[in-house]
Amino acid sequence: MAERSFKAEVEQLRIGAGEVFRGEGILAVTKALLQSGVAYVGGYQGSPISHLIDVFADASELMAELGVHFESSASEAAAAAMLAASVNYPLRGAVAWKSVVGTNVASDALSNVASGGVTGGALVILGEDYGEGSSIMQERTHAFAMKSQMWLLDPRPNLSLIVDMVEKGFQLSEASNTPVMLELRVRACHMTGRFAARDNRRPTMTVVEATEAPKRDIERIVLPPANFLHEVEKVEKRWPAALDFIRMHGLNERFGPATDEIGIIVQGGLFNSLNRAMELIDLSDAYGGARIPVHVLNVTYPLVPDEVHDFCAGKHAVLVVEEGQPEFIEHELNTLVRRAGLQTQIIGKDVLPRAGEYSGTVIRDGLAAFLRSWAPDRAPPVAPTLPPALPPSAVPQRPAGFCTGCPERPIFSAMKLVQKELGAFHVSADIGCHLFSILPPFHIGNTTMGYGLGTAGASAFKPRDKRAIAIMGDGGFWHNGLTSGIGNAVFNQDDNLTIVIDNGYAAATGGQDIPSSKAENANRRTNNPIEKAARGVGVGWAKTLTRTYDVAAMRDAIREAVTAPEKGPKVLVAQSECQLNRQRRVKPLMAKAIKSGERVVRERFGVDPDTCTGDHSCIRLSGCPSLTIRPNPDLLREHPVAHVDNSCVGCGVCGEVSHTAVLCPSFYKAEIVFNPNRRDRIGARLRGWAIGALQRRADRKRAARAF
Amino acid sequence: MARERIAIAILGLGGQGGGVLADWIVQLGDKNGYVAQGTSVPGVAQRTGSTVYYVEMMPAGGPAEPVLALMPVPGDVDIAIASELMETGRAILRGFVAKDRTTLIGSTHRIYAISEKSAMGDGRASAERILTAARERAKSFIGFDMDAAAERAGCPISAILFGALAGSGALPFPRAVFEAAIRAGGKAVDANLAGFDAGYAAAQGGNEETWAVEAAASPPTSAAGQALVARIHSELPESAYAFAIEGVRRLMDYQDEAYARLYLDRLGSIPSGDGALIAEAARHLALWMAYEDTIRVADLKIRASRFARVREEVRAAPDQIVRVTEYMHPRLEEVCETLPAGLGRRILASKRLSNWLHPFFAKGRHVETTGLRWFLMLNLLAGFRRWRRKSLRYAVEHARIEAWLELVRAAARDSALALELTKCQQLIKGYGDTFARGLANYDRIVARYRTGGVDAGALRRLREAALADEDGEALDLALAG
Repeated sequence: MAERSFKAEVEQLRIGAGEVFRGEGILAVTKALLQSGVAYVGGYQGSPISHLIDVFADASELMAELGVHFESSASEAAAAAMLAASVNYPLRGAVAWKSVVGTNVASDALSNVASGGVTGGALVILGEDYGEGSSIMQERTHAFAMKSQMWLLDPRPNLSLIVDMVEKGFQLSEASNTPVMLELRVRACHMTGRFAARDNRRPTMTVVEATEAPKRDIERIVLPPANFLHEVEKVEKRWPAALDFIRMHGLNERFGPATDEIGIIVQGGLFNSLNRAMELIDLSDAYGGARIPVHVLNVTYPLVPDEVHDFCAGKHAVLVVEEGQPEFIEHELNTLVRRAGLQTQIIGKDVLPRAGEYSGTVIRDGLAAFLRSWAPDRAPPVAPTLPPALPPSAVPQRPAGFCTGCPERPIFSAMKLVQKELGAFHVSADIGCHLFSILPPFHIGNTTMGYGLGTAGASAFKPRDKRAIAIMGDGGFWHNGLTSGIGNAVFNQDDNLTIVIDNGYAAATGGQDIPSSKAENANRRTNNPIEKAARGVGVGWAKTLTRTYDVAAMRDAIREAVTAPEKGPKVLVAQSECQLNRQRRVKPLMAKAIKSGERVVRERFGVDPDTCTGDHSCIRLSGCPSLTIRPNPDLLREHPVAHVDNSCVGCGVCGEVSHTAVLCPSFYKAEIVFNPNRRDRIGARLRGWAIGALQRRADRKRAARAF
Repeated sequence: MARERIAIAILGLGGQGGGVLADWIVQLGDKNGYVAQGTSVPGVAQRTGSTVYYVEMMPAGGPAEPVLALMPVPGDVDIAIASELMETGRAILRGFVAKDRTTLIGSTHRIYAISEKSAMGDGRASAERILTAARERAKSFIGFDMDAAAERAGCPISAILFGALAGSGALPFPRAVFEAAIRAGGKAVDANLAGFDAGYAAAQGGNEETWAVEAAASPPTSAAGQALVARIHSELPESAYAFAIEGVRRLMDYQDEAYARLYLDRLGSIPSGDGALIAEAARHLALWMAYEDTIRVADLKIRASRFARVREEVRAAPDQIVRVTEYMHPRLEEVCETLPAGLGRRILASKRLSNWLHPFFAKGRHVETTGLRWFLMLNLLAGFRRWRRKSLRYAVEHARIEAWLELVRAAARDSALALELTKCQQLIKGYGDTFARGLANYDRIVARYRTGGVDAGALRRLREAALADEDGEALDLALAG
């Protein structure tokens, strides 16, 4: 079950013509797919497109009614390969993932489908994780579109337009026999808005019908001589067909006056930021009423030479607002302008930063620089800048970290303890929540090479007597780590340790089920143990720990794995349920049980302020958000004391860590018995009576010698 | 053309309900004649990082569909909402707070960042600095402890913020439509409305909360106490009163009246007219003399007042039963230190005996203090107080204290230096390995001091280096330099 339930959104997917859809960008795309008569959908979750996958997963009933096939793909490569269904059949298909990382994984299949071309519309929906809040390398998907020749849509952030571009994207794909990418930036995916809905359409052909009537066309298969023909077909047939379609359907837009000496060409996705920047210097209004001509590229690849010529002709200079690098569009525009024999100057990265997100401020400053050179009379006056109110050091950074009660935390606490004994290890990290181990307070992990690649990332290390340690998440394990990591290590006779972190979900992307999930899922087969799979590919030393919170056991298991005399790859499966998902599951049940009068024991932890001396070793070994500090209530002591706040879920790691590392006696576990039964009450009364008497005696004695 | 757009930035931490708040605000606009758009950057920041939600709204019925931005532009934000004090600081730092435009609504409570929490001493950022900047840079600043308000109302902090937003009058909507947005949300409506009301009232009050002033020390209750206070008043400078009185109170509780007298004797032995030095000496001597041995820990763990504090801390209702389990790990060393000095020394000195006894103390114990068996055990141990003066730990600690005092006394002519020496006691804290590390650092610094040429400034730098990292790298560097 995913982190968020989308039952309400699924209901919205059913609405028809005459109704208004309200919701966030990625859900609008979901609805648009159904309106376009999509026959199959696949994808791999990851911010910012997880919600699309989650909604489809929650909408199985609706999908069945419409005859649409949906798959939670094993990886982006698997999702991209699904597009094979559009090669021979008029099936519209869509796949989705986080880019650029997902596109990297998918690129083998993408190259193949782009080479052979498609009959039915094939749409790749990309959540472009670039700029603020991104957790991946900063690269452009644009390069993939160019190298494989797939068309790249980058629509203006407006739900009606985005929805329209989904439908047009399918048509463009069919008109030019080319797969089409629809790129949405992070904020556009999460942007709320509304659009006029249309009826959902059953696909003209379903995947079932296609399977029953197979078609074969050897010219669509990438093998000589067809592969050479594909390349020719790409430039001679598909490319011109795409240009015609884009021009005819007016996919790109114009804002502002018809003529001017200067102009701006902008990626569609950046239009709103550009308009705000222009508004701030009085060159536009809140409704997009620009006072300089603006050409909006809702299709950023390919560029339409005629449109570029029409826009640039008669202008001294055109500013290109293009985010990221290399500046492919700027290069192409220069070529097109030169070929057209125009004298227009194309100005881009010389006034705008070469790297980084183009926020409103960045665009405003670049635009101002452009105007100062090419239209000084319209350039804004230089505004005086206020001295900053605060230096950056006044506000502490908040790196992402493990959630309260996260079962991954004790694994790294244990690793820290093992490192204390045996010295530092080379640790090859992976992608997932567990990558937070590289941050304070753990500082564990040397490299990360990609999803599921933790073990492969350690494969060059052939130890003499000190093994390297690789981390792999359960999500990464099933994505590719079983073969690229474990299988590879077996075959190459590695001697390293892989710790597979098995928390029951693809937790970092929103808690989707995976093959080893414990949850029963009506539409998927779960409960496939990781250890069994690892042994299946030939691992001899494999062990599963089912309670990561037992820090001492965790530490001993890791120590054993890195010191065991046997050679060969070792796999330690550290298994405990993702606490975020567990709480979501358990909390309502517990509240219900308490309300109905059942006996319930809730555990939580605490720190005694009078024995805590304020060294914070416990925090450095745990880092739990609920384990924090507060001003020392002791008049004499200066350093703040540790403190467990009420968000504690009672996982017990702080106590275990303190025990295992022999830290301090200040931690306590409190078990709170809700609705105590008769036995509880009688026991409590008896103990209370005896203990109370002793306490009163001690209090009297203390009072006798008191201040 | 007059500005019609309203731009609202919400800064918070993942999991604080910023998304819910943004949804409410979008609903508010949508249902009341505005075109509203909200957006956010979730992703990994949801896992305890800082997040920004952004909402823009424009009156509906304009000449065309408005073009709304997806991220706040510095200087162009009308309302900045922050759910924690440092996030309030971040809103200012990122330029979202402008004097001519911005209503700043920020909670003044703290959720400490990992860098602040994990420091070996006090790593907290300055709250006052943020508050000053907030008052200076915002058009108006509504700041109060919204976490406490949420606690009282039993709601998430987002409801308090929403109430404060309504109460600020920064949005052109009446109170009723805010409440309608909460009702439309349909989740925990009653609690959210209660929180909304609290936030609204606090914002209408318009004032920042005044910060609580430290409570004064309680007066003595016994004749012995009064006599000791009289002695403090006659022998010590006034600046040392507060710490010395607390020291006396602490040591009478820790041991007995004679022990408190020993404390005052020792304080009196420092020849200085410098009030600051005596005050700090009063603080650190009391802390050192009240060192945390197993007797003290047992004593503190079983008190009735502590049982009550735990119940309060975990918010147990009167009809609920609370069982308390301690995580204790007495090692052979600590056990021997509780024994009479001669016996303790003999065991620790004998390899055979220690090796034989070690396994018994190699594992941590889960000590259920609320159970009779462990309570009696700890009660017995706490009773060892009577023989504490004979214990090995007493002999060792008091030798250390004397040596330290000797250093302070010898340096007393240079009161800055003596003060820094006094403060070195800070380094000795904790239990087990932590204690050993702190003591080793203290010893290294003192050894360096004894070699000569270390002035007050150098000593302070060494002490700070010792608290800079756990592995002692900074101290190594400082000692080498």
